[in-house]
Amino acid sequence: MMRIPPAALIGLFFTGLYFFVAVFAPLIAPYSMTEIVGDVWEPSSSEHWLGTDNIGRDLLTRMIYGGRTTIFIATAATILSFTLGSILGFTAAVVGGWVDQVMSRFVDLIMSIPTLIFALVVLSVMPVTLLILILVMGLLDSTRVYRLARAVAVDINVMDYVEAAKLRGEGRRWVIFREILPNALSPLVAEMGLRFIFAVLFVSTLSFLGLGVQPPNADWGGIVKENKDGIVYGIPAALVPAVAIATLAISVNLVADWVLNRTTSLKGGRG
Amino acid sequence: MSEKLLKVENLKIGARIYPPGEKPRNIDIVHGVSFELEKGKVLGLIGESGAGKSTIGLASMAYGRGGVEITGGKVWVNGREILGTNLRDLRKLRGTEVTYVSQSAAASFNPAKKIMEQVIEASLHQGKFSKKEAEARAVELFTKLGLPDPENIGNRYPHQVSGGQLQRCMTALALCPEPDLVVFDEPTTALDVTTQIDVLMAIKDAIRDTGVAALYITHDLAVVAQVSDEIMVLRMGDMVEHGTTDQIINNPVEEYTRDLVSVRSTQHEGKPPTDNPVLTVENVTARYKGTNFDVLHNVTMELHPGQTLAVVGESGSGKSTTARVITGLLPPREGKIHFDGRDLSPDLEGRSREDLRELQMIYQMADVAMNPRQTVGTIIGRPLEFYFGMKGKEKRARIIELLDEIELGVEFIDRYPAELSGGQKQRVCIARALAAKPKVIICDEVTSALDPLVADGILKLLENLQKVENVAYLFITHDLATVKAIADSIAVMYQGRVVRYGPKTEVLAPPFDDYTDLLLSSVPEMRLGWLEEVVQNRKMESAGN
Repeated sequence: MMRIPPAALIGLFFTGLYFFVAVFAPLIAPYSMTEIVGDVWEPSSSEHWLGTDNIGRDLLTRMIYGGRTTIFIATAATILSFTLGSILGFTAAVVGGWVDQVMSRFVDLIMSIPTLIFALVVLSVMPVTLLILILVMGLLDSTRVYRLARAVAVDINVMDYVEAAKLRGEGRRWVIFREILPNALSPLVAEMGLRFIFAVLFVSTLSFLGLGVQPPNADWGGIVKENKDGIVYGIPAALVPAVAIATLAISVNLVADWVLNRTTSLKGGRG
Repeated sequence: MSEKLLKVENLKIGARIYPPGEKPRNIDIVHGVSFELEKGKVLGLIGESGAGKSTIGLASMAYGRGGVEITGGKVWVNGREILGTNLRDLRKLRGTEVTYVSQSAAASFNPAKKIMEQVIEASLHQGKFSKKEAEARAVELFTKLGLPDPENIGNRYPHQVSGGQLQRCMTALALCPEPDLVVFDEPTTALDVTTQIDVLMAIKDAIRDTGVAALYITHDLAVVAQVSDEIMVLRMGDMVEHGTTDQIINNPVEEYTRDLVSVRSTQHEGKPPTDNPVLTVENVTARYKGTNFDVLHNVTMELHPGQTLAVVGESGSGKSTTARVITGLLPPREGKIHFDGRDLSPDLEGRSREDLRELQMIYQMADVAMNPRQTVGTIIGRPLEFYFGMKGKEKRARIIELLDEIELGVEFIDRYPAELSGGQKQRVCIARALAAKPKVIICDEVTSALDPLVADGILKLLENLQKVENVAYLFITHDLATVKAIADSIAVMYQGRVVRYGPKTEVLAPPFDDYTDLLLSSVPEMRLGWLEEVVQNRKMESAGN
């Protein structure tokens, strides 16, 4: 039986809780997402645990559905950015030469434009749908993953076992997926946790600015935006999604740290 | 009445290890070793890696490397007990009374500071000498150690001198504060044989002239026989045998010592070349991308089926580059590679799978030559799958057969490289090469990272496999003892050229060219007085010229 450190346990618990709620949102939520059930900004009560929002919808329900949207977009964007970024990064490292140069300089070019501004420009000319949102976030984030994956793979690519595989006549696909990928996994997994959090923050920011998830649907950033005016009157509705974002960010990071520690001490792991 | 400078009594050292998937636990790495050392004497500590040589050496300055702890016993230096004393007293002891020369001088010198600054640092820090006195002493030591331009060499940075010179600078560093005891930790292991001899002589003279006592740690019995008065043989943290150098070399008592003394005394009968060479390197000239000088000039050699061609030379002589050209990793600028009656494409991409299969390679560092995330079964099985399309039961049966050939059991099939010893790793690499049923295997320094006895086992295995599989070896090495043990013909390389080439019996028989003579005479022999003899001969020769 392996021992899980308390920090990771806390992280696992909250991450698990959020993902569980996200997956089973329709079963858990007490009301419907758009149904107006009470007055504006009612305080918490036995019917509405977190009170109601700026037009009288149940805030707990909004939070549950909002979490579902946030986590879905962030997960999809992270998966996209990792698949794309690491495959391109590994390819650049293995092929080298001008292919590497062209790809790396292109990535540099994209990275030189502030991500948020880039996303805002793209989203203001494109229709804002869930798919577009995920694509934009995933593609922008993949540049970061590309840099990391390439750096790690360049190191591994000069190891004798990779040379041995090349001398055997193995194709690039084998070299990338069987020789390099398993050895590059630990830094990538650690980065994945971090990237997921950035995706959560990013989609929240976009929604807060009005270019993310569109009403009447909302993610956590959108819920902050809807309820932000309440803060002036001492109404804490906007703080609830903010706290949710913060706790998700911290707990995922705790899990990622633990995973990193474990994978590096795996059989055959280095360091 | 001689004075005991260093006395070690029942020294026990432990370490904490972290096995994967298990709880950390403490293990003992040195179990109660005792010895004494008089002023001006040299004690050689010898053993394989993991024998505890360095750990004992460092313990004589009351130091343990990270995670290592001295758990019992007593150490006296100059009559004072040093274990358990406070750090301030230890600091005075280290660097003035007891100093340390490490294996890699290049890694021990600060690259950003001039050599002189670092050599006199300890003396100044302890207030033993004024700056002027310390510098004068350093110059005196540089002269004694035979460094060129002793007045000014201290003004250079570490990267501006050669490896052998830097190792001598490090010896000067250790001797500068007039210590009573110097711990030499494999000071010549990383050097070429021709350089090693100079450094050895310099160290030996310096020890004699300054009258310090020394602990000389090495895995090479022939080296330690030249410099020490006494030898202690260690194995896995236990003392095996302790005696005078003469007794250990000439009359070893314990079986393990006898093995060490007789290692590689086996000689291989050279076979005459056949008519059709399996591999021919013809007038190859090569340079690395982005450079403007050739590293290989007109290299020509032939390898005959079922035979071994040894390529010998110092580091930088172009041995490994030759291998890279043959494997196609570095296409030559001029020249050709013929293989089994056909021309090989100069670059890797142009070669057929059959070309690749018949020419396999074994690397020096077995641990980086295997993917740490693959099991032994996958590592050996992949060539079977790749070249012969074997699958399932058939593949597994062949893997077991190959494991059997390299004298490992079927239980190794699911192990990861990290769970193997150095020798076992190299065996798995040999099996991987054999799996392809090659005609030629290029062996790039395959035994140099291994302990002598383990290396001997690998050489014997390679020789047996050659008989069974009729495979030819291109054996790259800097170690002439290995060459004698395995080669049929020899190519001596120097600065990218083949300076001597032919059947072993001819290459190793006089008359020699200058370089081969230097190389051959530099290989330490396991007898007393060898070092002096060689140096004397060379002096006479140079006087004669």
